[in-house]
Parts: sequence; structure tokens; C-alpha cells
Amino acid sequence: MLKIKNLHVEIDGKEILKGLTLEVPKGEVHAIMGPNGSGKSTLSYVVAGRDGYEVTKGSIEFMGKDITEMDPDERAALGLFLGFQYPVEIPGVTTTNFLKTAINAQRKARGEDDISPVDFLKLQKAKTEQLGIVPDMLKRGVNVGFSGGEKKRNEVLQLSMLDPKFAILDETDSGLDIDALKTVAEGVNAMRGSEKSFLVITHYQRLLDYIKPDVVHVLAHGKIQKTGGPELAHELEEKGYEEYINAA
Amino acid sequence: MSNRFAQETLDTVKNLEKYDAGFVTDIEMEKAPKGLNEDIIRFISAKKKEPEWLLEERLKAYKHWQDMPEPNWAKLKIDPIDYNDAYYYAAPKRDEDKPETLDDVDPKILETYEKLGIPLKEQEILAGVKTRKVAVDAVFDSVSVATTFREELKKAGVVFCSISEAVQEYPDMVKKYLGSVVPMTDNKHACLNAAVFTDGTFVYIPKGVRCPMELSTYFRINEANTGQFERTLIIADEGSYVSYLEGCTAPMRDENQLHAAVVELIALDDAEIKYSTVQNWYPGDENGKGGIYNFVTKRGICKGKNSKISWTQVETGSAITWKYPSCILAGENSVGEFYSVAITNNYQQADTGTKMIHLGKNTKSRIIAKGISAGKSDSTYRGLVRISPKAVGARNYTQCDSLLIGDQCGAHTVPYIENKNMSAVVEHEATTSKISEDQLFYCQQRGISEEDAVALIVNGFCREVMQHLPMEFAVEAQKLVGISLEGSVG
Ligand SMILES: Nc1ncnc2c1ncn2[C@@H]1O[C@H](COP(=O)(O)OP(=O)(O)OP(=O)(O)O)[C@@H](O)[C@H]1O
Ligand SMILES: [Mg+2]
Repeated sequence: MLKIKNLHVEIDGKEILKGLTLEVPKGEVHAIMGPNGSGKSTLSYVVAGRDGYEVTKGSIEFMGKDITEMDPDERAALGLFLGFQYPVEIPGVTTTNFLKTAINAQRKARGEDDISPVDFLKLQKAKTEQLGIVPDMLKRGVNVGFSGGEKKRNEVLQLSMLDPKFAILDETDSGLDIDALKTVAEGVNAMRGSEKSFLVITHYQRLLDYIKPDVVHVLAHGKIQKTGGPELAHELEEKGYEEYINAA
Repeated sequence: MSNRFAQETLDTVKNLEKYDAGFVTDIEMEKAPKGLNEDIIRFISAKKKEPEWLLEERLKAYKHWQDMPEPNWAKLKIDPIDYNDAYYYAAPKRDEDKPETLDDVDPKILETYEKLGIPLKEQEILAGVKTRKVAVDAVFDSVSVATTFREELKKAGVVFCSISEAVQEYPDMVKKYLGSVVPMTDNKHACLNAAVFTDGTFVYIPKGVRCPMELSTYFRINEANTGQFERTLIIADEGSYVSYLEGCTAPMRDENQLHAAVVELIALDDAEIKYSTVQNWYPGDENGKGGIYNFVTKRGICKGKNSKISWTQVETGSAITWKYPSCILAGENSVGEFYSVAITNNYQQADTGTKMIHLGKNTKSRIIAKGISAGKSDSTYRGLVRISPKAVGARNYTQCDSLLIGDQCGAHTVPYIENKNMSAVVEHEATTSKISEDQLFYCQQRGISEEDAVALIVNGFCREVMQHLPMEFAVEAQKLVGISLEGSVG
């Protein structure tokens, strides 16, 4: 599904990712953990194609295609989704309108017709209920005045409505209360299957109790330092990142 | 990220096509000789078989105009206008003795309006999916070429016709109200209009009548080197209601063309007039060549108690916009509103706003102005709120928000407040913001292209204004927002 080879990334001439290699096969859930500032969000942005993140070496392959030079909206239409660590506010644009615009933009890019207004509303109703989102939120400007937890729920609502093939969740668990964490994890687990893959960035073992990862990676100093099974997350929770920080 | 060169080529091609109202209709025209003088004014008046008093008024205005200075207080750079280098009368040729009905309108003209998305055939509108009807007065260069649904409106007592016809059919009303809200001496552009206006729309809504459909006028400049000087007069009698909308387009040309209109609204006791504009005159090319000079004087008077006048404007076109739709709040408890979106891109300039003149007791006004500047353009909100000593309990709320796209454009807010009554409450709020990289990337990550993201974000910014547009036009206006900002990012 996603193949990253020897990726070097600079921001304003400063190298943040320094030869990162990572592969997430179809149907698998991988977790990335790592100290603050190690480059986790940078990785998620560069995979999504954000401007200003310059790939100086290496490549990103998504579903057999080299996407290193693609625009973000083209990557999204291919089925790539990023749940933001800090979701962005868009005043005056209702969440409903935003979602409908996004869904139809992706469909158009794939050569499909617009979703019918009835089907859209049905889908939106089903997903909001499933995620315990109050309908009032859909009428407000995207993320405007939302609490930290509400913003994260809104990310998961978008995730489940856009139904991507591959999703990166950048600290989607931070800011969620226990109940919301469970609901969100259920949402993700419901999407999980042989066709979809996830890359879950988190600081806490707790999320991984609900979303069981197949593989856990440790990112530090702009590189994957270690890869293991779910037990690696437990080990990190106990010992912290000291050994990786000192490694460089 | 993507191949810059290929993208530039694509953008250039796209720019060529983006003003899709920019075509020219090839049609035989009747024109007055070029230039401005008394003979031309007599020619126009004779063409319209006007009564003597109106010709006198025109000549008086012309005399006055010659001595008037150009208004110079706006923050606009305007090349001097050569008033003698234009045609002041241009009309599609027709057989003068034949009464004109919809069926007689030149098919080329019908086609023009069809291309612009404005059907002039009533049966087509009826057969269409729209459930609510919209009556249209179509003004082509100097004259009104067709007015739809007149019979049906007549049954309700509503008069909807060209101003030329009104002069013939309702001379008393025209004489009483024409120039009563905007006197010819108001400013140089209005004065010129009083001298050379060629057509426009007249509306009268009788007592207690709620106009059964939306009324609209569609202005089209087609001829080269012509100015368009239309005159609109709307009278809402006691307890009546009308919603009126105007739209405007012009072909793409290298020369600047002058559009100097005057609009006067009169609302009597308990009457309400809702006046909406979607202005999409040709803005000039991306280097600032060509485009319309839109110098327009619009003013309404809330003459009666509890009356209301509401202006909504979406200004996306024109090389230069100079326009301040205003309300004189004379009647007790009367209400004036101004909702505005002004978008400038490339080298466009806009100096626009409103005047709310509070004369009566407990009068209220509300101003929401949204300015969006992109490219190398410049946009100014200029507003006056005047509370006279007698306006006990008057209230005003003003909110001006500017949105900047890129770092080569300008946005300015110039509020004037003159409060002569201690009991009045005047509030003013202003903000300036930018479309952030974060917002663009967030939209793009969800699959929305950069240009669509700009349109979406800007439409969100304008929402409070857009929702005051009649439903039928809101969707069009939203699309226009996107089109007028094409090429502003990336
Ligand atoms: N625009 C920028 N200019 C310069 N440095 C930047 C910029 N953006 C990020 N960085 C730096 O890149 C490094 C990696 O940041 P990143 O946000 O990817 O970390 P992270 O692993 O997601 O951290 P956290 O766990 O705190 O979310 C940090 O040192 C950060 O300061
Ligand atoms: Mg981060």
C-alpha cells in the first residue's frame, strides 16, 4: 500500500527526515511512536503532499504509484487521508458543506458522478450517529469554536465519510476523553479490513489497546530506529525513548 | 511541486476563457454620432419622444455637469476620461412603427441572453425546474429590449416596465419621483446620467401588494466605445413588498467603458424594498488593460414610518468600482441595511460602501461589508453613518471584514461617523485576515483543489452577506466568487 524509501525531507533548508524507510502493506495497521520533535507530523505532511516540505532524496510510493511529486488533492483522490494533529478552522463553511464538497471533488477526480443529496444526507446521518456527534456541530463552521476533543471527532467523521484506502492518524487520541477514545477506536476498527491500511501516530499505549497494531515503529532523529510487534509499545511505555535519543 | 511551466501554460489558457460573458453579439445597431453635446441630448430625447419638461431637465443637467469637478475623494487611480470619445446612444435597429412584443425581439439578442443564462421567453421559464418565477427587464446597450411577465404582474397591479415607457405611461409618478432621491447636482457621474440616460427600469408596487415574483434587470453592454447610462426608479407604496435584482456583463475589450447609473428607491409607510446586485462587468485582463468603469449612484429613501430598504451587493467585476448604495432613514422606525461583498483581483480597484443617514426617531441601520483582495488589486470600504439631532434612539451596527490573498494587494477601511444625538448607539467592528496555508492544505488534503479551496474559504467568509441574496441567485453568485478569484493563488 505505502512504500517509503530512504526519504530525506527539508523544511526551510533544515533536514528533518534523514533517510526514513517504511512499508505499510495492504490490510495492516502500523503504529509510530517517538519523542516530541522527532518528525512524526513531518512524515504525515510529506506523505500528504504539503507545500514547503521538500523531498531531497528518496521516494514515496502509494498503491504502486510514485506520488512524490503529486498535489495533495490528487493524493486524496487516490484514497489517502490524514487526520490532523491540529485540525484547522474554516469560518463560515459548514462541516456539511465541507464534507459534501470534499466527497464530490474526490469523486470528480476519479471520474464519478456527484453523490446524490439524499445519499449524502443518509451517509452523514449514519456516521454522525455512529460516532456520537451532535448534529448541531455539522451546521457550524468547520472546527470553529470546537473543543479539542470535538475537533478530533470531526476528523474521524471525515475519515469515515471519505472512506479512504489508507489513513494516517496523527495523535487523533490526544484530547479525547475515555468514552470518545473508545468510540473513535470503534470507528476505525469498523473500517479495518483486508483492503484498508492505517498508520497511527500516538504517544500512548492506551489507544493501541483499542486499535491493535500489527507493527510498531519507533521514530527518532528523522529515522525509523526500531520495528517490532505490539509488545514494543509496552516496552516504550515502560522505558521511554532514552535509548533512541542517546543512540544518535 | 508540479511542473511549473506546464502549469503556467494551463493557467494562461484558462485565463483567456475565464470571463465567459466576454463575447460580442454581432448585430446591426443604430447609434448617435460620437461625442457629448446638446444636440446628442436632444437626439436621445427625441428618440424617446419625451415630453418637453424632461428635455429641459436633461439640458439643465448637462450645463451643470460641464462645471462640476470629478469626485476625487475616493482612493482610486483613474485615468482621465475623454467624454467626447464615446457613443451615448446605441440601440439594436428595429422597425419603429411596429409595437414590440417578445416575439419581435431579434433572435440574436435572445440568444445573447440565453448564453448568459437569462431566458427571456416566458414559456421557457415556466417549463424550467425553477418553481419561483423571475421577471426580467433586459437592457441591451442603451435600450430595454424586452420585459417579461408584464401581463401577469399587471394583474397584481404591479408596474414593471422600461423607464422610457414609464415616461409615456405614468408621467406623473416619474415627474414626482425622478431625481427626488438623487438630485442631478449630487455628483458628476449622477449629473451625467441625468443628462444622457437612455433607459432603465421602472417599478411601482401599489398599496398593500406583495410583488408575486422576483423582479430583475439584466444589463448588457455590447457595443464598443459606448457608455451605459441607465436609470432605475422603484416606488413601493404603503405596506407593499418587492425584491429586485440586477445583473451586469460586458464583452472583453481593451478600452475602458463607462457605466454611470443612477438608482432611486422610495419606500412609503410600512413598505419594504430588497435590492440585490450581482455585478460582473468585464474587469479588464490580468495586466489591468480594459474593463468597465462602474461609477454608480444608488440611494433609497425610507420616507414612511416602519419602512425598510435593504441593499445586497456582490461586486466581482469592473476595472474600477465607485459605488455607495445608501439609505435616507426619514420615517420613524425605518430600517436601512447594506450587505456587501466586493472582490478585486489582478489590477482591479474598488472604493465602495454606504451612507446611512438617520433622520427619523428610532431608525436602525446595519452594515456588513466583506472585502476580498487578491493579485495587485486594491479595495476600500468607505462608509458614513450620520445621526441627525432629531434621530432619537437611532442605532447603527457596522462590521467590516477584509480578507487578503497574497501580499501585493491592499485593503482599507474608512468609516465616518457623525453622531449629533446623545441617545444614539453606533457600533463599529473591523477585522483583517488572510487565507492561511493551513486552511488551503486542509482542504486540499480532503481532495479539494487549490482553486476550489480558495472559492470555498472565500464563500465561507462572505456567508453572512450571501445568505441575503434571493435563493435563485445565491448559487450563481457563489460560483462567480470562485471564477473571479481564479489564478489568485499558486
Ligand atoms: N516550518 C518549520 N520550520 C523549521 N522547523 C520546523 C518547521 N516545522 C517543523 N519543524 C521542526 O521539525 C521537527 C519535527 O517536527 P514534527 O512536528 O514533525 O514533530 P513530531 O514528531 O510530530 O512532534 P510531536 O510529538 O510534538 O507532535 C521539530 O524540531 C520542529 O521544530
Ligand atoms: Mg506531531
